Amino acid sequence: MSAVSGIPTSDGQTFVPGEGPHVALLSEHTRHEIDHWIARFPLGRQRSATISALRFAQEQNQGFLTEELMTAVAEYLRLPPIQVFEVASFYSMFETHRCGRHHVSVCTNISCWLNGGEEMLAHCERKLGIKVGESTADGRIFLKQEEECLAACTGAPMMMVDHEFHEHLTPEKIDRILDGLK
Amino acid sequence: MAANPQDDLVNVEVDGVAVKGRKGAMIIHVTDAHGAYVPRFCYHDKLPVAANCRMCLVEVEKAPKPLPACATPIAEGMKIYTRSKAAISAQKATMEFLLINHPLDCPICDQGGECELQDLALGYGRDIARFSERKRIVKDKDLGPLVSTDMTRCIHCTRCVRFGQDVAGIQELGTTGRGEHMEIGTFVEKSVEHELSGNIIDLCPVGALNSKPFRYQGRSWEMSQAPLVSPHDGVGTNIFGHVLRGKLKRVVSRANDAVNETWIADRDRFSYEAVNAADRLTTPMIRTEAGWREASWDEALAAAARGLKAAGEQTGMLVHPSASTEEAYLAARIARSLGTAHVDHRLRQRDFRDAQSDPRAPSLGMPLEAVDTLSGLLVIGANLRSELPLLAHRVRKAVVRAGASVGFLDLAARPYLFPVAVQVAASADAWVAALAGIVAAAAQASGTTPSAALAPLLQEVKIDDAHRRAAAALGNGSRRAVWLGALAQRHSRYADLRALAGELAKLTGATLGLLAEGGNAAGAWLAGAVPHRAAAGAVTASGCDANSMLTRGLRAYVTVGAIESSDFVDGELANRAFGQAACVIALTPFDDPALRRHAHVLLPIGTFAETSGTFVNLEGRWQSFTAAAKAPGETRPGWKVLRVLGNLLDCDGFDYQSSEDVREELRRAVLAAGVEPTFVSAHTVESLQGAAVTDDVPMYAVDALVRRAPALQATIVARRSRGEVA
Repeated sequence: MSAVSGIPTSDGQTFVPGEGPHVALLSEHTRHEIDHWIARFPLGRQRSATISALRFAQEQNQGFLTEELMTAVAEYLRLPPIQVFEVASFYSMFETHRCGRHHVSVCTNISCWLNGGEEMLAHCERKLGIKVGESTADGRIFLKQEEECLAACTGAPMMMVDHEFHEHLTPEKIDRILDGLK
Repeated sequence: MAANPQDDLVNVEVDGVAVKGRKGAMIIHVTDAHGAYVPRFCYHDKLPVAANCRMCLVEVEKAPKPLPACATPIAEGMKIYTRSKAAISAQKATMEFLLINHPLDCPICDQGGECELQDLALGYGRDIARFSERKRIVKDKDLGPLVSTDMTRCIHCTRCVRFGQDVAGIQELGTTGRGEHMEIGTFVEKSVEHELSGNIIDLCPVGALNSKPFRYQGRSWEMSQAPLVSPHDGVGTNIFGHVLRGKLKRVVSRANDAVNETWIADRDRFSYEAVNAADRLTTPMIRTEAGWREASWDEALAAAARGLKAAGEQTGMLVHPSASTEEAYLAARIARSLGTAHVDHRLRQRDFRDAQSDPRAPSLGMPLEAVDTLSGLLVIGANLRSELPLLAHRVRKAVVRAGASVGFLDLAARPYLFPVAVQVAASADAWVAALAGIVAAAAQASGTTPSAALAPLLQEVKIDDAHRRAAAALGNGSRRAVWLGALAQRHSRYADLRALAGELAKLTGATLGLLAEGGNAAGAWLAGAVPHRAAAGAVTASGCDANSMLTRGLRAYVTVGAIESSDFVDGELANRAFGQAACVIALTPFDDPALRRHAHVLLPIGTFAETSGTFVNLEGRWQSFTAAAKAPGETRPGWKVLRVLGNLLDCDGFDYQSSEDVREELRRAVLAAGVEPTFVSAHTVESLQGAAVTDDVPMYAVDALVRRAPALQATIVARRSRGEVA
């Protein structure tokens, strides 16, 4: 672990990240990325970096947050752990329970529904052998939720894999996409 | 440039009446000030504004939609309508939303009858719900032994969350999830630990957070409410006792901005359980050859008087520092009329060498409210959060809101929930040298010369960086204080510490505060319950202090108040002294086994809730109260027992008709004594080195009441102090 040094903040001051028993759980890369976000805000406003910090912590952990990781983020940003948990539980892009590393959400809102969204979802479930909300046993894919509209109606039916949109879905295309996930 | 107060006022109109309000004030401040009630749930005078319940929506002319009164600043010419059709319909709509998920379980809810939601639903709710879908259920949380939860009742006002964030200084509760799934909870399931956490019970406008020990114990409308004063520390916290058919069922906060604002410590709130403890003494008892037997008051008091007459000047009078001023005064007068000055209430003090410098009463030297605006403070020998939770809260306010710098000299660095300038952590042995270092650093920094008596010692002292930082903390700003806490008072070199603290205060222009332990130490001092001072601080020939009364071994002892062996510096010593005495009379609310072993007469007296009396707090405020609850069995108020005992002992002028008579007699003497002179120590510090000890008494072990309160004893804090949890 590198020596903890101060991070220059947007108001020309220095924020010294907190230390704590959990901080070591954050990888060098994650901490580097968090530092980058801390630097964007004035001193005392490091709470603003919480969302980004959680994003990198989740990425580092293959797709979900643990109690320890959320505590680590809280320690590093010098926040009460509950404040980090509030954010993690509020935003749908954070998972606070164990799940697969690739998050797949199929849209079943009106445009996609009219264009076969429900069949696409059924195909995913059949292919993966799981229901919406479940993860494959190998921890590879998490069929996160039936997505509401993601504003890609022109390409309906669509689904989102991690943060990428896939449009004009067909069962064959879905097979290709899902099989390509490592 | 002097600001013209007129410039700070803006003209607004509330319901057609032209009024003025302070610039920057919220609409709700103005409407409250002018008696236009606006309903609210999340808004609270002492908490930051959240504006999330939307109940206080009002109509403002030219605004396109209703505005929340708690979060809308007033502007010149603003026309506010709190009762207009638009305002009422917005408030009613909000109420309808709030009631969608709120259960209709008022009949089994402890909040029923004192519920803000229930009250406002009467005014703003519809008769019949239009919502016929499913209501949500929220899993209850385990917040520990003090606070019960029924989270389905929560309306998400977040007062409890903001209390933790802003008042307690540690956010343990938060809002998790969102929308339909939003809940109030903790991060990991854990109990809420802060010493003021019980206040969330009073803050919660609904029945989501309630008192766990009080659960299903009574209905609010069946109880009567009596103003009381908490006996556990020198703040003199104002409380209400709620009494059902003579029994004290619970304690809630009583607002007094000058003393405790709207907060009370958990100790103040839950110690009432001890008032109903199973081991209350309910009848006078006399020890005979054949063992203990119940006795009538006449018999027991006659036996007590016989024993004391026989012992005469060989009598020692020990008064608990939480006994009322009236009890302390009568006890001291009885002792002196027996020809003895062996009377004391400083049961845990070891060092009495500087008795000649004692002030009339220990004091903060300033009003409690002035603590909020201190700029520099050094606290010597006080575990502040545990000794005086509400004083610690005011120090926190001084730091967080007014930028005060605060230093501590203590046994350990403690978790204060505000930025601390420096914590000098040292073993008791090193305190005198460390304090001398701070004094020397302060002298150096300010270029002043210490007094001649201390100068040679201060020259040999080693000043380190921590001493300099502590001196610098005290040098900050213009309003400064140096405090000596209970740990200092129990220190075996208290006289040295006090001489140095006095010097430090003199050098830095700070006010010296003595934070004596017990709910009424100041009252006991003024009452003359010390060996070297009669009532109102009159200097008299000295008798034995508490400790030497026990070491010397007197023929008779009288204990007044809930005194147990753990209240003394050395409980073994106390038990031995009592065991060897010819006569031990205990005026006590509790039937303590140690007393049974050593005492000869037990006289049951009322607790703080069952007697009238007066406590004097550390700012010198006299707060009188009357009995709220019915004392069990034959129990009598302590002052009455002492008055009759005084009559039997032929004490002069013991014809008081009421506790007010006793108080007024003392009060006149105190007023006649005039203003207290500034503290000057006449004590000479011989050396900076030498072994020393002090005792850190846990927060929930300070007196017999808290030791008997099951809920307090079940808290993590108490269990940790007993070594049961890490």
